[in-house]
Amino acid sequence: MEDVLQQLINGLSLGSIYALIALGYTMVYGILQLINFAHGDIYMIGAFVGYFCMSSLQLGFFESLLIAMVACSILGALIERIAYKPLRNSTRIALLITAIGVSLVLEYTMVYFVGAGVRSYPPLPEFMIGSFNFGGVIIKNLQILIVGISVTLMIALQLIVKKTKVGKAMRAVSQDAETARLMGINVDNIISVTFMLGSALAGAAGVLVGVYYNSINPLMGLMPGLKAFVAAVFGGIGLIPGALLGAYVVGSLETFVAATGNSMFRDAVVFAVLIAILIVKPTGLLGKNVKEKV
Amino acid sequence: MKQFRLPFLAKGGILVLGYVVVLLLIWSGVINDYIQATMVTICINIILASSLNLITGFTGQFSLGHAGFMSIGAYTTALVTMNFPTVWGFVGGLLLGAVIAAIIGLLIGLPTLRLSGDYLAIATLGMAEIIRVLMLNFEFTNGAAGLIGIPRMVDWNWLFVFTAGSVILIANLLRSAPGRNMIAVREDEIAATSIGVNALQAKTLAFVVGAFFGALAGGMYSTYFYVIKPDIFGFLKSVDILIIVVLGGLGSLSGSVIAAILLALISTILQDFSDLRMVIYGLILVVIMVFRPQGLLGDREITLSALGRIIPRLPRKRNEVQP
Repeated sequence: MEDVLQQLINGLSLGSIYALIALGYTMVYGILQLINFAHGDIYMIGAFVGYFCMSSLQLGFFESLLIAMVACSILGALIERIAYKPLRNSTRIALLITAIGVSLVLEYTMVYFVGAGVRSYPPLPEFMIGSFNFGGVIIKNLQILIVGISVTLMIALQLIVKKTKVGKAMRAVSQDAETARLMGINVDNIISVTFMLGSALAGAAGVLVGVYYNSINPLMGLMPGLKAFVAAVFGGIGLIPGALLGAYVVGSLETFVAATGNSMFRDAVVFAVLIAILIVKPTGLLGKNVKEKV
Repeated sequence: MKQFRLPFLAKGGILVLGYVVVLLLIWSGVINDYIQATMVTICINIILASSLNLITGFTGQFSLGHAGFMSIGAYTTALVTMNFPTVWGFVGGLLLGAVIAAIIGLLIGLPTLRLSGDYLAIATLGMAEIIRVLMLNFEFTNGAAGLIGIPRMVDWNWLFVFTAGSVILIANLLRSAPGRNMIAVREDEIAATSIGVNALQAKTLAFVVGAFFGALAGGMYSTYFYVIKPDIFGFLKSVDILIIVVLGGLGSLSGSVIAAILLALISTILQDFSDLRMVIYGLILVVIMVFRPQGLLGDREITLSALGRIIPRLPRKRNEVQP
């Protein structure tokens, strides 16, 4: 029982990180129907920005987190303007291939400048070390911090999407971009805002992973990016609650598989679940079946 | 204008001529081991790119798991050949690997091709990752170290037969009725369905045939380079193949052939800057998609017949070239 609880706690912190990444995927998919393969690499850039802020600039954790989020949101908007915007009217395959290209450029530019080796994050401040023991279940301060920050960011996102004018515009564009344009919404700006929000969350996830696992490298974005995408598909792509649900399920699943001693297989299990979901309910757990009109 | 078609014998003659010239060059030692290894890479990439082009370029279905099929072919052929180190073991292993890959392609393709959109891309990506993880963990694949000491079976003869054979088979498939259906599905799936094309069947056929030839290429890889390990067939390998297809043109077989040769030359030049090479590849993808989304050649083909159309314009006696 304690083991199960312990794994649930671990799964919760991993799931929170996936959730932050998956939200960006799902928002971009909701608006552009694009699988943004470069999203995992924005998360990697976030981890590196945080690393440089904390080690070279000697900034505190929260300042670094904020700088990483701002840097990533600018990068996300830039990528959208340079690489995706010229392709607004082309096929989806062209968009996907561009996304893969952007992803390669980000990864290997970083490899070129910082080297492919693994770096470890600078020592953590006092308040992040230590842990609580609840009757055999160990909760690290770091895990509380990760879940706390993630939940705060997700609530903030939810408020932006549901309560603000920009959020209303985002929802309108994702329902029907043409009609939204007729209503006087600047669709291009809204798409940029979506990329900025998603990328900021990915940047935060990068810093959190850096302090949690204490190792970063330029190719670290590939796997978590794919898994966050699996999470988004699992919950129903395009839906924000779906991405959350999917991320926590994928995170817990992964920690449980690792806990049973099969950690080599955990990636395979995640992808097997993905294929199963695609076969059984391709719109995801929370997705509705929309008939295509001819 | 009457279309000029080169007679069948002349086409075959040009192919055989190419084969004999390379054979003579190998005998005379002009083509050394290094050049030969490059040639093998080029030929394997030609098969991979043509088969992926069948799926992505001609049928319009986005697959990101071609390295997975390659992996199945490579491991099956390697294991069979190591146990039966004869020509028959090699050919049998190649066919077995290709058939297994085709069956897996069918199992993955049939449910996901029913859906519209990018689901095939995700499912194939997941499939390739699962295959990689399984190969990393199975006993008989020797884990991360991979298989070592696979007998070398591939020489120029086999290379020529399989490369030319694959391209010709795929080209002929595309000229047949099922191939026309595939192209119709790419152009407009709804319109194709409304005139009686079974879209699911066309897509699945393309995917399964693509998987078959992808595995064939993998098998040739393992029986030339002695060593295979799971990491060779990762996500980046799938992207590598995709780059060839995109560069050559989505929907142009001759484009794939040319791009495979071109990229092999580029990567030989950039060998010392492998990190920069990937940056350049990424930029190539983005730039081509932004400025020329259909790829360099688009869906145009450079065929022997087309070359033949140019030749009669040169001052020559017409009755020499007319069929």
